[in-house]
Amino acid sequence: MKAIWIALLGVALLAGSASGASSGGSIDLVAYSTPKDAYGKIIPAFQKTSGGNGTSFNQSYGASGDQARAVAAGQAADVVALSLDPDVNLLVQKGLVPKKWAANAHRGIVSDSVVVFVVRDGNPKKIKGWGDLVKPGIQVITPNPFTSGGARWNVMAAYGAQRRAGKTDKQAVAYLYKLFRHVPVQPSSARDALSIFAQGKGDVLLTYENEAKYAEKKGVHTEYRTPKATLLIETPVALTKSGLRKPAAKAFYKYLWSATAQKAFASQGYRPVVKGVAKGYKFYKPPRLFTINSAKLGLNGWTKVNRRFFHPEKGIMAKIERAIGK
Amino acid sequence: MASNAAVAERLPAGRSGRAGGGLARGVATGYLSLVVLLPLAALIWGARAGGAGSFWHEATRPEAVAAMKLTLGVAAVCALVNAVAGTAIAWVLVRDRFRGKGLVDAVIDLPFALPTIVAGLTLLALYGPGGPFGIDIAFTRTGLLLALLFVTLPFVVRAVQPVLLELDTEMEEAAASLGAGSFGVFRRIIFPNLLPAILSGVALAFARAVGEFGAVVLISGNLPFKTEVSSVYIFGQLQSGNEAGAAAVSVLLLAISLGVLLLIGAFRRWRTRHDSA
Repeated sequence: MKAIWIALLGVALLAGSASGASSGGSIDLVAYSTPKDAYGKIIPAFQKTSGGNGTSFNQSYGASGDQARAVAAGQAADVVALSLDPDVNLLVQKGLVPKKWAANAHRGIVSDSVVVFVVRDGNPKKIKGWGDLVKPGIQVITPNPFTSGGARWNVMAAYGAQRRAGKTDKQAVAYLYKLFRHVPVQPSSARDALSIFAQGKGDVLLTYENEAKYAEKKGVHTEYRTPKATLLIETPVALTKSGLRKPAAKAFYKYLWSATAQKAFASQGYRPVVKGVAKGYKFYKPPRLFTINSAKLGLNGWTKVNRRFFHPEKGIMAKIERAIGK
Repeated sequence: MASNAAVAERLPAGRSGRAGGGLARGVATGYLSLVVLLPLAALIWGARAGGAGSFWHEATRPEAVAAMKLTLGVAAVCALVNAVAGTAIAWVLVRDRFRGKGLVDAVIDLPFALPTIVAGLTLLALYGPGGPFGIDIAFTRTGLLLALLFVTLPFVVRAVQPVLLELDTEMEEAAASLGAGSFGVFRRIIFPNLLPAILSGVALAFARAVGEFGAVVLISGNLPFKTEVSSVYIFGQLQSGNEAGAAAVSVLLLAISLGVLLLIGAFRRWRTRHDSA
């Protein structure tokens, strides 16, 4: 019994010392999981700057949607780094992030990527463009767009590439039906999809360029091909209202667009958004790149895209899953 | 151990003497309410948010129904396999003598200690397309069942083992001396004695299989209408911002599971009464 009290006292003391350190300025960073290694480089560099001197960090990483919901439910967060706009907008709706969170020179976007095809060594099935994915016998691995927010980039890249090639909306949707008939499994997340592909399932994996680079680094026997027409993935960072009250959090937010931080992103396979930084890193520029806001291609931002394609019941993807399942 | 025996001795007396009963009942109800009933109530409260019409609509969407049928079916098969295999393992552990028995006995509980997502990853590496045995059952219902069997293994074994240990071999010897064959001894003496324990184990394994997420999310492939189980479907609804849908399916699944568990419990009690009569 005595031991328990001593242990409890110890915990209380530890908690006390932790909160004591935070008075020097502690920043709660809540982020999605893949940029963890990049932040692992950025944070120590920031702590060496005058603005970051003496600050401490509480970092939390997880699936983007889960992280957004955790913050919405009360998890402390000064800076949120999420994988797509709607997750930030959830926090805007809850009044935790100001409406004008994207009002900086980079529209709140801290890094870019593109949707790519990861293929087996030597590209035995000769997969280059979107048309190759729906050839007979080709198996495509892409996460379930209802469990993985990130998988929605893949779906919209597929749709947008068809529109970019001059197809009508109807034809592009028909392509999605065709494409998903080639999808034998729908992993729950991008990382799960990579594990399953690495296990030998499928001929091509749809994923982000940074994941493809990560796979290469990990020694998975794959190569990747960037289709000529593909979607630019933009990942946002926002200051919450509590972050806006902390000078250190504001300094950190700004620091994310510094050359050092942008280089850290680049070294982890993300495309830097600040000009000049990308020099020295090899990032292929697809000639027909489009964004989720390319209105000419029928892409009118995530809010509308989500409603039309990913509504869990009436969305185009829900209908596709139903048509294929039956 | 000694205190356990003391408690066991006191139990029947505690029933007649009311002294400690009230307090124990109070603690039990309080604890149960706080730890189990409160979250369940909150879940039902969440499912009720859209109204009864929306609840039913969400819970009976074709994807949801397909996932639920698969979940309950696979869980039932898993529980049945466990009933047979678990009893056999318990039998070997109690009645057989062999080297390394202590180790095997300890290994039984390991599936509980392993984070289930790791279990899923390992099973995928073993039985996936790149596996060392050349069997590829990942992303099929067989693979799903295998993952569930892995995580539910300990339930029946651990429920049956202590009963088997306590079982008096004199009864079996008497039956054998009266001319019963070994199958007869098993069917008339051993099996009836083990049945309540087997049923408890089966109920636990079934319940666990219904709710399992980590072990199945990788190996099932999550193909809607084919290999997507309820837990993954519910996760998808949450990720898509459809909290009401997630809660509705959870509540219906819980209600069905409760029904199954009550049935198993009732059957067990009926058997016990039937036996002693």
